[in-house]
Amino acid sequence: MNSLIRWFHQLGSPPTFDRFAARWSRLFYVAAVPVLLIGLWQGLFVVPAEQKQLDAFRIIYIHVPSAWMSLFVFALMAFYAAIALIWRIKICEILAMACAPMGAGFTLITLLTGSIWGKSTWGTWWDWDPRMTSELVLLFLYLGVIGLYHAIDDRRSAARAAGLLAIVGVSLLPVIRYSVDWWGGLHQRQSINVFGDNAVRDQLIAPLWWMVVATKLWFAGSLLAKARADNLAREAGKAWIAERFGTAPSARLPQ
Amino acid sequence: MIAPGTQPGLWQTARALVARDLRLLWRRRGDALQPVMFALLVVVLFALALGRDPDAMARVAAAVLWLAVLLAGQLALDSLFRSDAEDGSLEQWLLAPVPLAWLVLVRILVHWATTALPVVVLAPLLAEMLHLPHDQLPLLLASLLLGTPLLSLIGGVVAALTVSIRRSGILVALLALPLYVPVLVFGAGSVNAAARGQDPVGALLLLAAGLVVALVLAPLATAAAIRISLN
Repeated sequence: MNSLIRWFHQLGSPPTFDRFAARWSRLFYVAAVPVLLIGLWQGLFVVPAEQKQLDAFRIIYIHVPSAWMSLFVFALMAFYAAIALIWRIKICEILAMACAPMGAGFTLITLLTGSIWGKSTWGTWWDWDPRMTSELVLLFLYLGVIGLYHAIDDRRSAARAAGLLAIVGVSLLPVIRYSVDWWGGLHQRQSINVFGDNAVRDQLIAPLWWMVVATKLWFAGSLLAKARADNLAREAGKAWIAERFGTAPSARLPQ
Repeated sequence: MIAPGTQPGLWQTARALVARDLRLLWRRRGDALQPVMFALLVVVLFALALGRDPDAMARVAAAVLWLAVLLAGQLALDSLFRSDAEDGSLEQWLLAPVPLAWLVLVRILVHWATTALPVVVLAPLLAEMLHLPHDQLPLLLASLLLGTPLLSLIGGVVAALTVSIRRSGILVALLALPLYVPVLVFGAGSVNAAARGQDPVGALLLLAAGLVVALVLAPLATAAAIRISLN
C-alpha cells in the first residue's frame, strides 16, 4: 500500500490520531500567534484612519475574518460529517462535532462586532439586512446541531444524527441565503459599501489577509485540541490510554 | 389482502399504510382537530395583540396566517413518527420489502393531508377574520398549498432525527424553524409582493421547484435519519 494512503488510514485510529493532534495543534497555535499579532498590530496601529468612519472601521479586521470562518467551518463540519456517515470513521464524527461550537463562536463574534460596527456607522444596532439575517439563521443552524448532539445519549448516534443535520443545513444554506437576498430586495435596499465609493485600498486590505490566515491557523489548532480531548474522553478506559498516560484503566472504569 | 409468500408492491404497501393511518386517525378524531384549533388561536391572539385596527390587520394578515400555519405544522411534527417509534412499527418499516424512503414519503403525505390541509382549508375563514383583502386570498391559498407540503417534507427530516429523544419539543423547533426560512420568505413574500403591486409568480414558481426537489430528496434524508435514530 502507498505509504501516504497507509498514513491516512492509520490516522483514523484513536491512538495515532491522539499523537498527531497533540503535535499539530501545538504547531498550529505557535504559527497562529505571530500572524495574529502582526495582523492586529497593522490593523490597529499602522493603517491610517478611514476618511468617513475614522477609527470605527478597524473592527473589520475582526468582523470579516470571523464571518468567513463562520461559513467555512460549517462547510468543513458538513464535509467531516459526510465522511463520517459514508465511511463510518469515528475520528471524523469527533472532528465534525468539534467544529460546531467553534463555528457558533465565530458566528456570534461576527454578529456582535457587526452590531457594534452598525451602531457606530449606520446608527442602529440591528438592521434586517440580508447578510445579517442569513448570519443569524446560520447561528441557529449551529445551535441546532449542538443541541441535537447533546440531546442524544449515545455519543456515536448523536454525532451521526447531528452530522446529518449539518449536511441538510449546508445544502439548504445557499437556498436560505438566496431567499433572504430576495426578501431583502423587496424592501428598500440599504446598500452599504464598506469603504465608501472608492475601492478598498491595498493598504487597508493587507492586515485583513493576515487576520484571515491567523483565524484559520488558530481554528486548526483548536479543532485538533478539542477533537483530541473528545477522543480521549470517548476512549477513556481503553488500554492504550493507560499505556500512554500511566493510569490503570480498570481502576477508573470497571467494564 | 396480500397473500402470504408474495412480495407486496409499492402501491399495495402505500395503500395499507394509508388505510392504517386513516383508521388510527379516525379512532382519535379529537386529536385531528388540534392543528386547526392551534392556528385559530394564534390568529385570535394576533388580532387581540394588534388592537382593533382593521387596516393594521389587513397589512399583516398574510404574514400572520403563514406563521399560524407554519407553527401549527411544526407542533404537529412530533406525531409524525413518534407513536410508530414507540410501538416498534418503525423497526418493521426497516425490515419491509419496499424502500424505507417510499414508506416515509407516503407517511409524510398522509400526515400533511391530515394536519396541514385542514388548516389550509380553514385559511379563508381565518383570512376573513384578519381582514385580508379579498383579491389576495387566491394567491395566499396557492402559496399555502405549495408551501405546506414543503414544510412537512423538511420537517420530516427533523422529526426523524429527534424521534429517539423523549422530550424534544423545543429542540424540534430549534432545528426546524431555521430550515423553514426560505419557505416562509417565498410563501408570505409572494402575497406581500402582490400587495405591493409586484409580480408574485416568481416566488410561487420557486416554491413549486422547491417542492419538486424536496419530494425527491427529503424522503431519502428522512430515511437516513430514521436509520441513524433507530441505530
